[in-house]
Amino acid sequence: MKFSFHPAGHIPGSSQIRVEHKDEVWVFTGDYKTEDDGISTPYQPVKCDTFITECTFGLPAFKWQLQTQVMDDVNNWCAQNHADGKTSVLFAYSLGKAQRLIKHLDTAQMKIYCHGAVYKMTEVLRQLINFPPTYLITRETTKEELAGNIVVAPPSAHGSPWMRKMVPYVTASASGWMAFRGARRRRAIDKGFVLSDHCDWDGLLDSIDATGCENVITTHGYQDIFARYLREEKGLNAISERTQYETENITESESDKDDKLSLQTSSDIVASSNTNFSSSKKM
Amino acid sequence: MKQFAELIRVIDGTNKTTLKVAALTEYFKTAPDEDKLWTIAILSHRRPKRPVNTTLMREWATEISGIPLWLFEESYHIVGDLAETIALILPTTNESSEKTLSQIIQELIELRKKEDSEKKAYLQENWLKLNYYERFVFNKIMTGGFRIGVSQKLMTRALSQATDIDQDVLAHKLMGSWTGENTTFKELVYEDNEVAMRGKPYPFYLAYAVENEVSDLGDVTQWSAEHKWDGIRSQTIIRSGEIFVWSRGEELVTDKYPEFQKFLDVIPDGTVIDGEILPYKDRQILSFNDLQTRIGRKTVGKKLLEDVPVVIVAYDLLEWQGNDIRELPFQERRALLDKLVLDSNEKANLIESDSMFPLLISETMSFTNWEDVAKERERSADRRSEGLMLKRKDSPYLVGRKKGDWWKWKVDPFTIDAVLTYAMRGHGRRANLYTDYTFGLWQDGELVTFAKAYSGLTDAEFRKVDAWIKKTRCNVLVL
Repeated sequence: MKFSFHPAGHIPGSSQIRVEHKDEVWVFTGDYKTEDDGISTPYQPVKCDTFITECTFGLPAFKWQLQTQVMDDVNNWCAQNHADGKTSVLFAYSLGKAQRLIKHLDTAQMKIYCHGAVYKMTEVLRQLINFPPTYLITRETTKEELAGNIVVAPPSAHGSPWMRKMVPYVTASASGWMAFRGARRRRAIDKGFVLSDHCDWDGLLDSIDATGCENVITTHGYQDIFARYLREEKGLNAISERTQYETENITESESDKDDKLSLQTSSDIVASSNTNFSSSKKM
Repeated sequence: MKQFAELIRVIDGTNKTTLKVAALTEYFKTAPDEDKLWTIAILSHRRPKRPVNTTLMREWATEISGIPLWLFEESYHIVGDLAETIALILPTTNESSEKTLSQIIQELIELRKKEDSEKKAYLQENWLKLNYYERFVFNKIMTGGFRIGVSQKLMTRALSQATDIDQDVLAHKLMGSWTGENTTFKELVYEDNEVAMRGKPYPFYLAYAVENEVSDLGDVTQWSAEHKWDGIRSQTIIRSGEIFVWSRGEELVTDKYPEFQKFLDVIPDGTVIDGEILPYKDRQILSFNDLQTRIGRKTVGKKLLEDVPVVIVAYDLLEWQGNDIRELPFQERRALLDKLVLDSNEKANLIESDSMFPLLISETMSFTNWEDVAKERERSADRRSEGLMLKRKDSPYLVGRKKGDWWKWKVDPFTIDAVLTYAMRGHGRRANLYTDYTFGLWQDGELVTFAKAYSGLTDAEFRKVDAWIKKTRCNVLVL
């Protein structure tokens, strides 16, 4: 039995796992996306017989725009807020999405202030990735310093007293779920940017094609619908499987799903980064 | 269309009222008159009839998206909004359309008369010329229901800011049976019309629920009790020989209740009555379900008028002989009201002795101890009321929901233990959350469904139940 890790492009360090036994190859994707986000090693398709793929966004209603377009929107939004004298508060999960935003934010006019959780994670990754400067928000940070700048914070900060310092502010969330008006409105945020660290519908289909696989096992997300589509429309031998870590995800309100999923994978990556396969088996 | 779609996008993208009003005001200042008229029409639920049914819309959208119909349906269940689902699954294009809102609506009106093949060609061509958000708005114009958090009131406020016309005057101008096809923006908004002021209602005074012990309200003799009727809270205005009936949602509903035209014969000008519209037949209050058959109708047929006649059960008198008397103590207002109801019934009886005059009084009761009040509350079911209203005898008629002088003391609802047999995802804000429940009861070893429920839980409670359902459900195979 031979194991190897391959880039999944989800967040820095995320991997797919390839398992080879005799003449058979299986690949487990974990969370992945096909677009190069500028901070993670880009996803590489791996040839296999059986492809175990997540399908968090496995519906044709999910179609991502290019990151450059989304980031243009984000930067224009921040610039407009700056012109209106308001602070732009961007909610994004502390590992992955936050750095992806920070990497591509336009800092010509504005500074990026961070919540502690985001700041610490960015500092860790700064050794590997070139980020614009970020500033930690502390007790001493004044309202005046923050005014008109950008704040990156985890979603849990939304509505907390911590936000008071940013008044007047406008809020935005960056997530694949923002594609749905319902999800956006439930969250009571001012603006939703559709930016995901998972594959969209076409991304999933392209990846499956690229592996040349015959068998697909769909997990996580709309796995039943997606497997049926693969069987009936693509002629693949596809089944859906529930993963052990799914219950945790399902109990989240769906708009937080994206974040929780990252959390799950990232902790596993931390566990597996300097050990052998036995400790990453729980994936 | 671009400008209108952008307006909807901004409004839909924020939950701040000030931003919504600002965007609308800007739109009303800059858009062409025809577009403004249609915008008001659409936001006040006066969109033109849909030219294509939703089944065909789905088929045609699915066809150019290259996905099977079942996958569209699955997506729709999850997205929770048809217009949005169609906009999402259509292929993205780089084309654009310069058509204005009124142009598109005109085309949609003309489309109604055309053959299906022409309708299909029109939709498919236009879908591909619009960007994602314009498509969504285009679909919404056809499927209806712009639920984007813009009330008639908010729209009126913005229009008032853009035109410098008083908000209440505008509110009344925008009422009634006009459509985008039979009027113009100028005629609707600018035509001078002092009649508008005649029907202006007072803001309703609303009560909070009793919080702790009812005896905490103090001396029982200071309080007047009456039953809380389960109908439609209304305000009836009689001024200058005209009658206006408003619902609590500040909707003018005069035309839905032609019975009340009789008031004009016997009630003097300058009278405003706060009361409950109730279905009432053979000296018996009918159920709210009966009333519901009348609420939805724009025009009421003869049969329905006979089957479900309505009355107003009067609670309060706000204007008398042309004077605003809301500052008078409740007791004094009630004395005037009691006399008014009695006199008008007598007068009506002289005119037409064999028919029922649709104005009754909601009886007030005084008590000497709270135990008796509680006993009266227990009789609510027999009297077909929801419980009691407690009003301080010396209270003025306030504006909006205020604590202190008026309390509602409803009876506890009945409870039942039942089996949740089926759950459906909701729409809009509730999309992708299981919020619609079906319940069953056991009978001879079989579950018999008996009720559906989709309201009454808070957002947090819905999330809890949703999570539980997602964890415990058995998947039903939909073939």
